[in-house]
Amino acid sequence: MLNGSTFIRRELMIRIVRAFDSGTLESELDRIPIKLRPKNEPSSRCCVYHDRAILKYRLMALLGVSVEEETDEAKPLSAYYAEKAWSHPGETSTPKTPLSVCGPACSGCPDARVVSTQNCRGCFARPCVYNCPKKAIEVVDGHSVIDQKLCIKCGKCITACPYNAIVKTTVPCEEACPVGAIKKNEFGVAAIDFDKCIFCGKCFNACPFAAVMERSQLIDVLAAMKRGEKLVAMVAPAAEKQFPGKIEQLLAACAKAGFSDVMEVALGAEKTTAHETAEFIERMEKNPKTFMTTSCCPAWVNLVWKHLPDLVDHVSLTPSPMVYAREIVKAKDPDAKTVFIGPCVAKRSEARRKDVDYVLSFEELGAILAGRKIDVIACEPWPVPRPANPTARNYSRSCGVTDAVLTEATSKIPGFKLDAKQINGIDRKTCTMVKLHASGKIPVNFLEVMACPGGCQNGPCSLVK
Amino acid sequence: MDKVKVEICCGTACYLLGAANMMNIEDQLPAEWRGKVEVEAKTCLELCEKENLGGAPYVRINGSEIMAQATPEKLLTRIGELVEGVA
Ligand code: SF4
Ligand code: SF4
Ligand code: FES
Repeated sequence: MLNGSTFIRRELMIRIVRAFDSGTLESELDRIPIKLRPKNEPSSRCCVYHDRAILKYRLMALLGVSVEEETDEAKPLSAYYAEKAWSHPGETSTPKTPLSVCGPACSGCPDARVVSTQNCRGCFARPCVYNCPKKAIEVVDGHSVIDQKLCIKCGKCITACPYNAIVKTTVPCEEACPVGAIKKNEFGVAAIDFDKCIFCGKCFNACPFAAVMERSQLIDVLAAMKRGEKLVAMVAPAAEKQFPGKIEQLLAACAKAGFSDVMEVALGAEKTTAHETAEFIERMEKNPKTFMTTSCCPAWVNLVWKHLPDLVDHVSLTPSPMVYAREIVKAKDPDAKTVFIGPCVAKRSEARRKDVDYVLSFEELGAILAGRKIDVIACEPWPVPRPANPTARNYSRSCGVTDAVLTEATSKIPGFKLDAKQINGIDRKTCTMVKLHASGKIPVNFLEVMACPGGCQNGPCSLVK
Repeated sequence: MDKVKVEICCGTACYLLGAANMMNIEDQLPAEWRGKVEVEAKTCLELCEKENLGGAPYVRINGSEIMAQATPEKLLTRIGELVEGVA
């Protein structure tokens, strides 16, 4: 769903593309914050100066620069841009940490607490007092008061009160993070511990102040196109229904926008299916008691590597559809550069490991199309040599991989049985579920895990959820 | 009575800046308005050029009236006024 944060991010992206194309970006960059927040006009925060400071950081993130690595606060955006745009051609720069927290934007949300509000009428029945298992609530001067030292935040009082007088406050980023990687630091401002972070992007979506930002490769892609490099757009299967029109029209729009060639990543997914099925059958033959888990969701793979070391051997060694797509591109033209286009933050970390040159989100692709005035519905469908098969196109949905593997396996071995389970979205609860599967307490032989509930089309950077 | 003509800009700028949420506006119409409203998805209405980007998404109503920063709620309210002949 669109909100103020998404709006401003997308607006800035489109402005950047337009200014880049008219050759004025370097001179305009430092003016954008002022243009968007002129003095004497309303501000979103305390004043236009605070707004402008944050807009500068947003633009920095769009230039791929991390706020955490800022050393010189006086360095203008144009200087960052100059470094980018004129950097050594051919140098790719998928950032090591695809996210960055903008301290000045973070509101330092107060720690999660259960509190009584003005709605309390100090009623006679006092269900809050009676239902609190810790006797943490007292009524003082006709108003319920919760002793924070005793409260365990179970929420029983919240449901008990007929006036909705008791509420739970949250720190949205901390609440969203499945691995406890984002926390307020000694200055009361959120910071990500990148050793723990799995780049699921949940905090990026959750923060109401848009303090968590993605480090974009938008400028890198635009600059590479301008240098005349051959960039191939590899469009993720999750693109289905993200833009108006058909997937073939979206491919055509990419070609029109300046990509030298376009392809569906679903063609790579076909290869993943074939290899993953063979791998699974082999593993089961070796040890029928073991289980295998999927490897195409990079946030899940990051979760295993960083937090679930016992599971590492169970992760399928089959490369993801993106990696196979890259192989297809490189086989056709070894000089071509690859650009993965999808809804995912974590894919940026996988791209870095797997030599995919650039990653763009659907938003960033949209900004390029909008900046270049390309409407998907006005494009003639791209003449794909052949459409990817339906199970491959379905990879981005929860159960998609399971279905693909099952279909493939039964075509080879009639009557093949898969004892499959799906973890549809990673959060703290499902992390516990995964451990139960791993320990054999809940038996399974094929475990599909997707970090985003429903699958990639609900990814952190998707346009329509 | 003529149908109320609603043209939703599905140019990429408007789409990104909110039109995506209005694509299914026809399904959101109350039953009694159906058949009285004609919805069409349009390519860029040429209103999003440079400075007016902040006004996206745009919707054109009855051929001339422009709604800037359109939302499903705003649009439904306006359609209602026109269908019921209030304005
Ligand atoms: S949700 Fe987290 S990052 Fe966002 S303002 Fe609150 S504390 Fe800061
Ligand atoms: S990206 Fe995911 S793992 Fe990393 S801090 Fe945000 S919510 Fe936590
Ligand atoms: S995209 Fe809607 S007016 Fe241009």
